[in-house]
Amino acid sequence: MRDRDLNILIGGEAGQGLVTVGQILSKSLVRKGYSIVVTQSYQSRIRGGHNSFAIRVGVDEVIAPRKSVDLLVALNGDTVIQHRDHLSPEGLVILDDSFGLSGDSFLKVPFSELSEKRFSNTVAIGVAGAIIGLDENLMAGTLDYYFGKKGASLVEKNRDALVRAVKWATENSISGFMLPDFSNPPRRLMMNGNEAISLGALTSGLRFCAFYPMTPSTSIVLNLAGHAERAGIIVEQAEDEIAAINMAVGASFAGAPSMVATSGGGFALMVEGVSLAAMTETPIVIVVAQRPGPATGLPTRTEQADLEFVLHSGHGEFPRAIFSPGTIEECFHLTRRAFELAERYQGPVFLLTDQFLADSYRAVTPFGIDQLSSIRAGEQASETSNYARYAITENGISPRLLPGMTEHLVVADSDEHTEEGHITEDLTMRKRMVEKRRRKERGMRSEVVPPDLVGEEDADLLLLSWGSSKGAVTEAASLMRSDGLNASTLHFSQIWPLVPENFMDILRQAEKVICIESNATGQFARLIRRETGFNIEEKVLRYDGLPLTPEYILREMNR
Amino acid sequence: MVTIDDYGKYETAWCPGCGNFSISEAVKKALVERQLAPHQVLFVSGIGQAAKAPHYLNTNLFNGLHGRSLPVATGVKLANPGLTVLVESGDGCNYGEGGNHLLAVIRRNVDLTLLVHNNQVYGLTKGQASPTSAGGFVTKAQPLGVPSEPFNPIAVAVAMRAGFVARAFSGRIEHLSEMIQQGIAHRGFALIDVLQPCVSFNKVNTFAWYDKRCYALPHDYEPDDWESAMKVACEWGDKIPIGVIYRNNRPSFESHFNVLKDGPLVSRKVDKTRLKDIMKAYG
Ligand SMILES: Cc1ncc(C[n+]2csc(CCOP(=O)(O)OP(=O)(O)O)c2C)c(N)n1
Ligand code: SF4
Ligand SMILES: [Mg+2]
Repeated sequence: MRDRDLNILIGGEAGQGLVTVGQILSKSLVRKGYSIVVTQSYQSRIRGGHNSFAIRVGVDEVIAPRKSVDLLVALNGDTVIQHRDHLSPEGLVILDDSFGLSGDSFLKVPFSELSEKRFSNTVAIGVAGAIIGLDENLMAGTLDYYFGKKGASLVEKNRDALVRAVKWATENSISGFMLPDFSNPPRRLMMNGNEAISLGALTSGLRFCAFYPMTPSTSIVLNLAGHAERAGIIVEQAEDEIAAINMAVGASFAGAPSMVATSGGGFALMVEGVSLAAMTETPIVIVVAQRPGPATGLPTRTEQADLEFVLHSGHGEFPRAIFSPGTIEECFHLTRRAFELAERYQGPVFLLTDQFLADSYRAVTPFGIDQLSSIRAGEQASETSNYARYAITENGISPRLLPGMTEHLVVADSDEHTEEGHITEDLTMRKRMVEKRRRKERGMRSEVVPPDLVGEEDADLLLLSWGSSKGAVTEAASLMRSDGLNASTLHFSQIWPLVPENFMDILRQAEKVICIESNATGQFARLIRRETGFNIEEKVLRYDGLPLTPEYILREMNR
Repeated sequence: MVTIDDYGKYETAWCPGCGNFSISEAVKKALVERQLAPHQVLFVSGIGQAAKAPHYLNTNLFNGLHGRSLPVATGVKLANPGLTVLVESGDGCNYGEGGNHLLAVIRRNVDLTLLVHNNQVYGLTKGQASPTSAGGFVTKAQPLGVPSEPFNPIAVAVAMRAGFVARAFSGRIEHLSEMIQQGIAHRGFALIDVLQPCVSFNKVNTFAWYDKRCYALPHDYEPDDWESAMKVACEWGDKIPIGVIYRNNRPSFESHFNVLKDGPLVSRKVDKTRLKDIMKAYG
């Protein structure tokens, strides 16, 4: 155990149920009050292969994944071979004695004596849980949460296996992994980035979501679909991504706040629809959960290589906002902000996340639902008798009525149009409409989320980052500071529009700036240069499909 | 009382003699016959000469992208089932660019009326072949004649047991208007394929060509009988049947959503009690 945190990795093949093992341990830890960061690594297959679910758990807040493993829970022999080298010096491997593997730090558990084979995952939970000090009742409660619906006899058998596993682990008194106890545990929720996005959307007033399945975005819509009846929303699986975004635009035009979620390839198909939302001035929230490309790429891994794609998506010129959440809380709150902005500025607003954040479970403080406002689509009445959907205004925002909700007629057009929404080739009108749409960007700029500075303003070393790497970069800088270095971080959770006044002083004052991104070419650094002229030469880049970790960042910087 | 004047008079960008004028007239007649006020109706269209039609009508309109009017209309209808939604666009738009959406909307059976102005050619882009152009049809893009077989929208829709499948001809305004009225009245998806002469780019399938061939299905024709409908759907050549070719009473897509039983999605408020309940799952 390092300081006050512990890294547990559960490994096995697809179809073995390791995610359930991971979730049950994670939820038990969160219920006890610990902080967690989960990193899921899986292959694009349904059975076999090698998958892992890593839980970094801390008494204090943990914010990033860690590579070295303290407790390796091996559901198959391959896991031992794959992760052995990542074991920390005092680390322990928990494995089934039937694997026939031996080693110094191996805890061989007689799985077959403790339970029937189909409950061996519960044995793994019980042994690992007992070793880190999780109470048997707490784990039993979490087991019930996951298996409760499957019937009393199954719950009973799982419990039996758990009791035997805990007893076995206690008798074998393994020490050194016990997490400190809590007197006043904080109440926390466990959720991953995709769940937080879907909940943010629901609290905002989302009514319609259309999608075509694509990892790693799918769990956003699955989560919404699971709550659809209770929340009073419709989630529709479209025939393709083109249909998905067009349906969402249609629903939003009619007055149902709408969202689509996809990944790079699916988003490529949606792009004409982005332009449509902009031209028709229809609010829409678009989630792009990145995975490595080009083309099908690595479907289940992580990357931040679609920044330029999303920023430039859609033909023609129009305003947009792009949020890049760095934490689960930001997934929730920035989704809400995306809905507000889409509604206020009547156009496309993006959330750019990635597989790492999408699947990363964390402990979050419950969101105070009572205090959260929600949006109301459109205006309820028009002040003028001759209503014009695209009336030219000072701030570029035209009054948006909903078709059929008043006697006024609402006309929207993807062609260039008059104020009334009718197709036109009057080139003077064209120019006025371009300018009207562009004026909306002024408003968007006035309310951007400024980048987050941690550390001194005049740093010797400034680490620049955006999106899901927030925790890893923050932790790397904090480790450098404890080594006596004056290191700071500047993290962007909104990457468009960029407002240089918000950060140029910090960039200029820093002795040295390094941009840290999960891509091969440094897209964000390039964007900063394009927008400000400030050239960031040094970069730490990662594009092997795995998330940035503090260890990776420090190692690359010391090269 | 809704009158034809409520739907306005507009200047159009169409060629004199184009079949689109008659289709627009029939649409107005149908809306007035059904006593639908302009604000109760919403048109969705794509891009093409046909897709401009709703601009010449005083009503709600979403004129979207080429080929994408059906998904937009589906979204609109789910958000506000109270609106009478019509989709109006060309053969290229619906059978070419948006072909996948046509299959999906038939499967879903969304309560929409789709009017396809089928001139068997791409009008707006000046005369390339469309999915319904006859084999051998010569254009500047297909100088040796179209090498593919034409798409038969009626046969596909009947084969998929679409809720309401009809064919009409722009030259028979009364009949066309009657088809549109029935399409609107039908609770579910209604496809109305409207044969429409394009005087500028289709010199083969002219007004006279259609007029000579189109015949109204006899009064005793039973559109509920799928097998005979399938036969009629495949008729094309010297004689072309017009009228309601197939009809059934499948429940509409919207009727499957319990959520809509509490009213339309639009302007519904967030229910915080339910949200708190949902949040419990994460505790
Ligand atoms: C994505 C896209 N591709 C191509 C076009 C160009 N385009 C506009 S209309 C059209 C074909 C129109 O044919 P049809 O739908 O039959 O309508 P018509 O003009 O014959 O009424 C094409 C190819 C476009 N607007 N958008
Ligand atoms: S090009 Fe053909 S379809 Fe278009 S308006 Fe002229 S005649 Fe009609
Ligand atoms: Mg055509």
